Amino acid sequence: MIRDHFRVLLVDLSTGRRSITDVDGRNTVAGGSGLAAMLFGKYGMLDKPWNEPGQPLIFTIGPLTGYFPLMSKTVCAFKSPYHDQYAESHAGGRSALSMRFADYDAIVITGRAKSPSALVVGSRQIEIKDVHYLWGSDLYVAGKALRRMLPGSGHRTILRIGPAGERQSPIACINADSYRHFGRLGAGAVMGSKNLKAITIHGDGSFLIPEGNEYVKIFDKVYKDMTDTDMMSKYHNLGTPGNVRVMNDLKALPIRNLQATTDPASEGISGERFAEVALLRNAACAGCPVGCIHIGFVRERFREENRYIYRQISYDHELIFAVGSMLGVMDCFEVLKLIDVAEKMGMDVMSPGVALAWATEALTKGLVTEKETLVPLSFGDSKSYQTALWHMAYGTNEFYQVLSQGTAKAAERYGGGDFACVLGQEMAGYATGETFFVSQALGLRHSHLDAGGYSYDQKPKGKTIEDAVKFLVQDEKGRVFLTSMVSCLFARGVYTDEVLGSCLKSVGYGTLADNMGVVSSGIQKLRWKMRVGSGYRPEDVSIPNRFTEITTWKGQIDIGFLNGLKDQYAKAIWSLAADTEKAEKSG
Amino acid sequence: MKILTTPRMERCIGCHSCSLACARLVHKRLSWDTAGIRIRSSGGLSTGFEARLCLACDPAPCVAACPTGAYSQRKGGGVLVRMKLCIRCGACAKACPVDAVYLDPSGEPSVCIHCGRCVPYCPHDCLEHTEFLRGTVSVAEEAAASGEVQS
Repeated sequence: MIRDHFRVLLVDLSTGRRSITDVDGRNTVAGGSGLAAMLFGKYGMLDKPWNEPGQPLIFTIGPLTGYFPLMSKTVCAFKSPYHDQYAESHAGGRSALSMRFADYDAIVITGRAKSPSALVVGSRQIEIKDVHYLWGSDLYVAGKALRRMLPGSGHRTILRIGPAGERQSPIACINADSYRHFGRLGAGAVMGSKNLKAITIHGDGSFLIPEGNEYVKIFDKVYKDMTDTDMMSKYHNLGTPGNVRVMNDLKALPIRNLQATTDPASEGISGERFAEVALLRNAACAGCPVGCIHIGFVRERFREENRYIYRQISYDHELIFAVGSMLGVMDCFEVLKLIDVAEKMGMDVMSPGVALAWATEALTKGLVTEKETLVPLSFGDSKSYQTALWHMAYGTNEFYQVLSQGTAKAAERYGGGDFACVLGQEMAGYATGETFFVSQALGLRHSHLDAGGYSYDQKPKGKTIEDAVKFLVQDEKGRVFLTSMVSCLFARGVYTDEVLGSCLKSVGYGTLADNMGVVSSGIQKLRWKMRVGSGYRPEDVSIPNRFTEITTWKGQIDIGFLNGLKDQYAKAIWSLAADTEKAEKSG
Repeated sequence: MKILTTPRMERCIGCHSCSLACARLVHKRLSWDTAGIRIRSSGGLSTGFEARLCLACDPAPCVAACPTGAYSQRKGGGVLVRMKLCIRCGACAKACPVDAVYLDPSGEPSVCIHCGRCVPYCPHDCLEHTEFLRGTVSVAEEAAASGEVQS
């Protein structure tokens, strides 16, 4: 609903108390990323550990959620078990529209339930249900049971964790509606620490649309632009897996723990190959006609007498890189099996993939033995990796307990930091060069989506460090406004400032539309203030040697540029965070 | 008269663009419920999607059940609705054999009026607004309509 404040649902799992409160700030933080940071400032404890029961787990949507196509994402904010600092993770599925129609701009969950519970929310329902019998169940079992137990099929979101989240592993994700995830930085562990197995949100409300024809007219224009442009083709055709071949051709695909950046065998896991032999169908987030979700299948014979099972598994470039090329597994069906295990256990697929790549090299180099790894990890050996993923999820021995804390923690313990492919967290699937490495290593979410460093790397050389810092800061600023609306970043080509301004005006957010520049700067600074305030020191981030040893289509990595950019970007981050305090003092 | 049909629901990706368009353009609401066509997963996302909508009964049981004449028989199947006569009794929804009538919390019904305004918003051509007289369409035409290959 259009309103000049935020309607926030507060749930304290310790006491069972639930309440709805109005929070001001629509014209300063907009929603989504901005709202999440503001609410963390209000309800979070920057100096207390991530698993302190009072720490909030925050979900937010934005002013345009549900009103326009691809405004289909939800922001989740929390103190991360990965680095014990402020973090954000985003997911789609039906989460955003469910929150819109349940009529909450934000849900803030604090406390720790006495027994494993599910939070069941709708526009006319807020309940905490005991679901102790689901604790220990994998994501698929939990999903099936929750679907049967609760109303709203098709018009609800089911967010849940698996065994990894219950065990509070920092690489545990929150699964959203089977095929999407609040993947990175351990949001699943935060739910686990709160004894919260699931959150279901039933979008059972509705609102009058804005008066006049303007809204419907602008909707139609945006819808047409969204579906007529090549965006549809890029994300809908091969989807992000189309990047595998592109990156491989550029010598920028991380392969076998980044020991190589190109290999003809990667054709076996290219988007083209997946589409040809393994693509079953597509799906979409609610409110998105693009439908970028690619669902593949795996068929497995479980008895001689032609008895088969089949599984449906969604795949993306990041997942293919992490448990495919990074592990030397170059067969698309084997990749799907690995994704499936990680998914079922409720792990972010990217981190365990990269962690197992490190473990494989560590085993080869003798830093660990098979006594630790339990299986003979070897690049290309999908079977061993499948077993290893189970070990990681359950933390079956000390080695896997440490490894499931993240690759950097494992390298601290066993050595091998030089070849740990960690950029703030396990790397994303782009070995494009200096700007991307610095962008992910220092970026607020340590994500390839913080800023377009990977595309900047592909622009002609000759740019200065100052140019690159300016690009990272400016690009992030644009993106945080989009993630405050909350738009899918795939739509950034259509949602220009002008289009966003028209959209906001058409639904009644004229003030926000007139101040987009100031608001996005403010949000950018506020997020950095939360991150730095929770202990982040960007100058302390190191980029392991492995990243400087690679060769891309541009040749060797320019170490001078890399280090210079890292230093300058760290300074820029400090001034962004400090600016907020200055502004607050003067205001 | 044309009716709305869903001959290619196997293609549905669950974007809800049809429901949102109906709510926006016909019912003037932002909703995926207050709509003549509603999408739900058929037993979890892994099994695809189904559409809940009026199948254009003639005679329509909801018309027979309506105590005020708010619902009347539409030529070609389905119903015409005059909301000002509706007393929010919910009899239409109870009478519908395929759960096509949505009742909002105040009891106000939403049902497909077969206007076809949702059709252009489906990115996968799952929907069709077509003259459809049950049993009179040739097998060849029906097969073509649900055909899977479009060059």
